[in-house]
Amino acid sequence: MGWQGQVVWKPHLQLGILYNKRMNSPSYAIQTNHLQKIFGEKVAVQDLSLDVVRGEVFGFLGPNGAGKTTSVKMLLSLVRPTSGDGFLLGEPLGRPETRRKIGFLPEHFRFHDWLNADEFLTLHADLYHMPRERSQTTINELLDLVGLAPHRTKKLREFSKGMLQRIGLAQAMLNNPELIILDEPTSGLDPVGRRLVRDIIRNLKEQGKTVFLNSHLLSEVEITCDRVAFIKHGVVIRTSHLKDLVEGELTVTIRGRNISPEAVNGLSRWSSNVRCDDEVITLTVMGESDLPEINRYLVNQRVDVYALQPQRVSLEDLFIEIVGVDGGL
Amino acid sequence: MNVYVIARLTFMEASRRKILLAALILGLVFLLIFGLGFYFMINDLRKYREGIVIINTVSNFLLMAGLYVVNFLTSIMTVLTSVDTLSGEISSGTVHTIVSKPVRRWEVVIGKWLGFVVMISLYLLLMAGGVIGSIYAITGYLPPNPFLGIVFMWLNALLLLSISMWGGTFLSTLANGVLVFGLYGLAFLGGWIEQLGAFFQEPARSTALNLGVLTSLLMPSEALWRRAAHELSSPLTSAFGFSPFSSSIYPSMLMVVYAVLYLLVIVFLALRKFQQRDL
Repeated sequence: MGWQGQVVWKPHLQLGILYNKRMNSPSYAIQTNHLQKIFGEKVAVQDLSLDVVRGEVFGFLGPNGAGKTTSVKMLLSLVRPTSGDGFLLGEPLGRPETRRKIGFLPEHFRFHDWLNADEFLTLHADLYHMPRERSQTTINELLDLVGLAPHRTKKLREFSKGMLQRIGLAQAMLNNPELIILDEPTSGLDPVGRRLVRDIIRNLKEQGKTVFLNSHLLSEVEITCDRVAFIKHGVVIRTSHLKDLVEGELTVTIRGRNISPEAVNGLSRWSSNVRCDDEVITLTVMGESDLPEINRYLVNQRVDVYALQPQRVSLEDLFIEIVGVDGGL
Repeated sequence: MNVYVIARLTFMEASRRKILLAALILGLVFLLIFGLGFYFMINDLRKYREGIVIINTVSNFLLMAGLYVVNFLTSIMTVLTSVDTLSGEISSGTVHTIVSKPVRRWEVVIGKWLGFVVMISLYLLLMAGGVIGSIYAITGYLPPNPFLGIVFMWLNALLLLSISMWGGTFLSTLANGVLVFGLYGLAFLGGWIEQLGAFFQEPARSTALNLGVLTSLLMPSEALWRRAAHELSSPLTSAFGFSPFSSSIYPSMLMVVYAVLYLLVIVFLALRKFQQRDL
């Protein structure tokens, strides 16, 4: 239900509801308010409410069929939202002028494969209305950057999947975009290609660009993103700083002897999830700062501590915890 | 600017297609055979010292046969090159990288349309010019209204192009092909029914004529050809009445105006549908 559906004719309540609707702000690269897309009877995106701050690398995560690609398409006006609204770089969705400042690499990148790499990038530079002199310099730089300079006269139909992904990345950066939307940029890339993408994203961030990254490769997201949003069944179910997510909780495994039931019970002040199997205690704590205290406590309880091993929760574990094992099916 | 970029891209893409190459090669072979055949036939007539009236009548009859083939080849080439230009790019996702640029959707449709218009115009000029030119070179004969005739043939190709692009905004390539050729076939059949009807007595005659007008309203491509044939036929050839290539019954200018309006409406519908649809 959109926010309007909750309006009751009470001025103070209505004001509160209006405040809940995020207003257009120039500090955001992307803002969406309850975007919804329904195809026939199928709800592809139920409620997309996002704020992506300018200059951050934002990961958009979710299982297959969660509505990620439809969401990206709504942002770029490839798909018309059924309801809700949004802003890109402070402008309402759908303005062609705004797209002048946006770069986009689609998930299943297709192209005019009868063109060679140089012709292809020139075509897209023309669509950005770049002057020919400037576009040629930019194309040379980008072909160097993505490692395709030696293949500039090769027809795209002769490119490998990885090379196509690289040329796709180059076309997404042609206009020196303020916001770059990458839909599965590492699919089809080998480890060298993935590292290249990672470096490009870092480089874009250093230049103050905003990167919206839709990827299944959580290891890539973990390395590159500042914040992530999890989407399931077309609803954003959690948005958080990656740092808070992966640097917060720790699973600690303690190996020791003379572990008394009282000592184990006393650990509940640091964790609600304590398990003891013979000589091994496992518990989840909120941060590294708890570890010295736990160690001191156990020594005071006359436990012989042989090892205290913290282990970070991976983004993959979090993904499964948040999204669930059923994914979006 | 975007319209020009997309028109150029479309022209380049269509030019590199094997369909156009095949149509060009076949067209040139046709022109060569037509020119040679015509040359020997006229030489034969001259041997028997036939007068200018006979030579001009034969020239006009063969010119109509030649342009009938040109009209057919242009129609087929138009549909086959344009039938997947929108539907194919929508289904493959190629259009995503274009439309996500600062490009308005109408610019994509108009750009593609113009790209094909240039290609079709060049092809038609080459082929129709080849037929008319070879006859003129051999006998010095020119049809009554060559310019108007070619314009109506050109309108016929533009009509097919516009329907093909409109269908591409909401149908798959295959379904779009069925739609365009289905309409083309319907118009062709309607035209023949109308022509044959002229030989029957009432009420069959009126029924056939009405059916012909109805099919022309549904799809005016055959009407445009018959109007072109009227402009190109000599009075003597027209007086023969029914022939595969020309007809004594020809559509009025009102039908031509209707065909132009029909074309504009179809282009408008293509623009509107492409503007509104999800990609």
